[in-house]
Amino acid sequence: MKKYSFKFISSIAIIIFSVFFAFPSLFDLGDHLPNWWSKNKLKLGLDLQGGSQLLLQVETEKAIQEKLAIQTEDIRVELLKADIQPQDLKLVNNIIFVKVNDDEIKKLENLIKENNQLEAEYDKGAAKINFTEQFIREFQSSVILQSLEIIRNRVDEVGTNEPIIQVQGKQRVLVQLPGLENPDRIKSLLGQTAKMNFRMVDEKAMSLLGEKKYFVGSEILEGDDFSVNYIVKKRIGVSGDNLVDANASVDQFNRPIVSIRFDSIGSRKFADLTAKNVGKRFAIVLDKKVISAPVIREAIPSGSAQISGNFSFDSANDLAILLRAGSLPAPISIIEERTVGPSLGQDSINAGVISVIIALSLVLVYMIFIYGKIGLIANFVLIINFLFIIGWLVLFQATLTLPGIAGIALTVGMAVDANVLVFERIREEKILGRSKISSINTGFDQALRAILDANVTTLIAALILFFLGSGPIRGFSITLGLGVVSTILCTMIISRLLINYFYILNPNREIEI
Amino acid sequence: MLLRFIKKTPKISFVENRKKFYILSLFFAIISIFSLWIKELNFGIDFKGGLLVEIKHENNIELEILRNNIAELNYGDFTLQKLDNSNDNFLIKIELNSDMKGNQETLIAKFKEKIKNNFEGKVDYRRIEYVGPTVSKELIMTGIIAILIAIFSMLIYIWFRFELPFAIGAVLALVHDTILTIGMFSITSLEFNLSTVAAILLIIGYSMNDTVIVYDRVRENLKKFKKLDTVSLLNKSINETLSRTINTTATTILALLALFIFGGNIIKDFSLAMIWGIVIGTYSSILIATPILLNMKIRITNKESEE
Repeated sequence: MKKYSFKFISSIAIIIFSVFFAFPSLFDLGDHLPNWWSKNKLKLGLDLQGGSQLLLQVETEKAIQEKLAIQTEDIRVELLKADIQPQDLKLVNNIIFVKVNDDEIKKLENLIKENNQLEAEYDKGAAKINFTEQFIREFQSSVILQSLEIIRNRVDEVGTNEPIIQVQGKQRVLVQLPGLENPDRIKSLLGQTAKMNFRMVDEKAMSLLGEKKYFVGSEILEGDDFSVNYIVKKRIGVSGDNLVDANASVDQFNRPIVSIRFDSIGSRKFADLTAKNVGKRFAIVLDKKVISAPVIREAIPSGSAQISGNFSFDSANDLAILLRAGSLPAPISIIEERTVGPSLGQDSINAGVISVIIALSLVLVYMIFIYGKIGLIANFVLIINFLFIIGWLVLFQATLTLPGIAGIALTVGMAVDANVLVFERIREEKILGRSKISSINTGFDQALRAILDANVTTLIAALILFFLGSGPIRGFSITLGLGVVSTILCTMIISRLLINYFYILNPNREIEI
Repeated sequence: MLLRFIKKTPKISFVENRKKFYILSLFFAIISIFSLWIKELNFGIDFKGGLLVEIKHENNIELEILRNNIAELNYGDFTLQKLDNSNDNFLIKIELNSDMKGNQETLIAKFKEKIKNNFEGKVDYRRIEYVGPTVSKELIMTGIIAILIAIFSMLIYIWFRFELPFAIGAVLALVHDTILTIGMFSITSLEFNLSTVAAILLIIGYSMNDTVIVYDRVRENLKKFKKLDTVSLLNKSINETLSRTINTTATTILALLALFIFGGNIIKDFSLAMIWGIVIGTYSSILIATPILLNMKIRITNKESEE
């Protein structure tokens, strides 16, 4: 036995490992397991446990456009400071276009040079100004990180269990919500930019509403209930960025309201705004819609206020969440959704389990029919192999998906290949007239090369799937890849040990293949 | 009791009859390409973009009434399918009109509202999938790239482990398998989606696996039987590995049959693609990848490499 001690020890190790990690997931042993036994179970993918996966596109271009608009106004101020009177200054197709007198072009050039975010092309007294590529890149990544943060805040506010939120690529965020049956609420929360601000209603212009379409320094905004339009000054009185808290509650008539509190800067601005404008209306604007436009009755120095509007209890609550979580730096849209309800998940688990059991049984029976006693060895190894794969999945906490289960069933079918190769080889060597021991040894050695060469190809396919696939498909590649590695190990170690044990150590037993 | 299909190493003339098999393969390949040319693949929403909803309703639903309701939403062309022959479980696939795409939240909300208002009882939304147009285009690209990378890596791997002629033979077989599998999807109008691409990759891996086993034997026999003519040598190699090929194909197909019959609607098509691909892959390893070596002077290359 000494000669095979390495194989013997490895075999025992593999078997113990497999049983230790695989059993808690395969059998419902509950409290019967001793304390030191692994309690980890298979981690199920969203398609099996139910849940929702959303891929969000952060429209960073919109944030850049907005930033360009602000930059245009900044340039106007800078030019005035430097005593330059621009002939023309406008934002066209995301490029700032400036025209100045010929003798002032040098000054403009210096101005642009001082600002390392900007670059410009000059042409006869005119300049086309844009952000530098480096700035755009940095800005984009900061927008993504900020969005990630806000998305996480909003999802956390709804309180789902163990959401996974991560950046994917340059401008996407992947949100996985295990166990969430209905993602509609989260989707509607994520779909809103939630930029809030407080601005004065342009009372003079309001009387002309319906007659004129454009108002200098003001804009027409829809009311929240679509019935009334408001003309609101573009100048922002207090920005939503200065909010520190928001909560849904009810007023004395039991109508839902949202109570808000400003930080110190916000409080001061809000106090100023209300003190100067008693008797006038101010508009509470959320994402270009007027939620309500109450009349200011008195100055509010406390920094707290209540927003009443066309709310239901739910929508008041959602607004409070959005205000607490902060506004998104750029709009986001849902470009992919995959939601699986718990009933389908359970059905898939059942179907998967049944097919694996049947696949396993069919293969086991086939092997006994074809190879007889030695097929039993292959079958034993197949079962250990199966447990070994499950054990690794549990140990790595790799996600098991429905295609992953298919991968396991397929591995079961393909796993005997290694044993088949060995057996066929042993049989051939025997036909060539070799002794039993020599047939077995040559059989294993000769087959090993073919097994390795052949399985590398499946491994390559699994690797490509792993790197290019996502979600369920990736789960498939994991079980497939693990299956290949585990099959080679189990065949070369356990099969060989068992065949040695049963046939070589027992000189009277003939090998029948 | 041993129930062996093959007792002794058989002597079937595979290589001698190669021309017949080439013609057969060529015939199927032409049919496949022709079918792809006149008829688009039945892309699933992964590649076409759109909305997929599986609902199970508490009460039985009249298929036609459901159809009218979805038509009223005016989202775009759609297919409606009863699942498991029941009257309460339906799969709806909607191709969204180009102007509908984008506002995903409202699309689904309106859909649910429609069902809620027109059918009394509880609805279980078992599955909702939405794939936007940008994502579907990317998924197509990723799929094509994945298949190309797979074939290319096999080429490199076989070249590295064997010789260039073997690599070329193997890749020809892979291209053959890929075309015939995609052709099968075109002819049968089975849905072509992400898991189909996964199946094709796996077929590539499996077919390669089979090919390598035969090639390994060819390489070994080339060294052992220096005087044997190439046709007999290739034929001998195929026959010697035939028993293994049959047994492995059989166990794999048994496992896939279990998946096909019991695995549920989601992986049914995937299993079918795999079963087809494994048959094709086995066939091509024996009857394409190996005989084609005849046209590539493996002996000379082999001797040169030994010198």
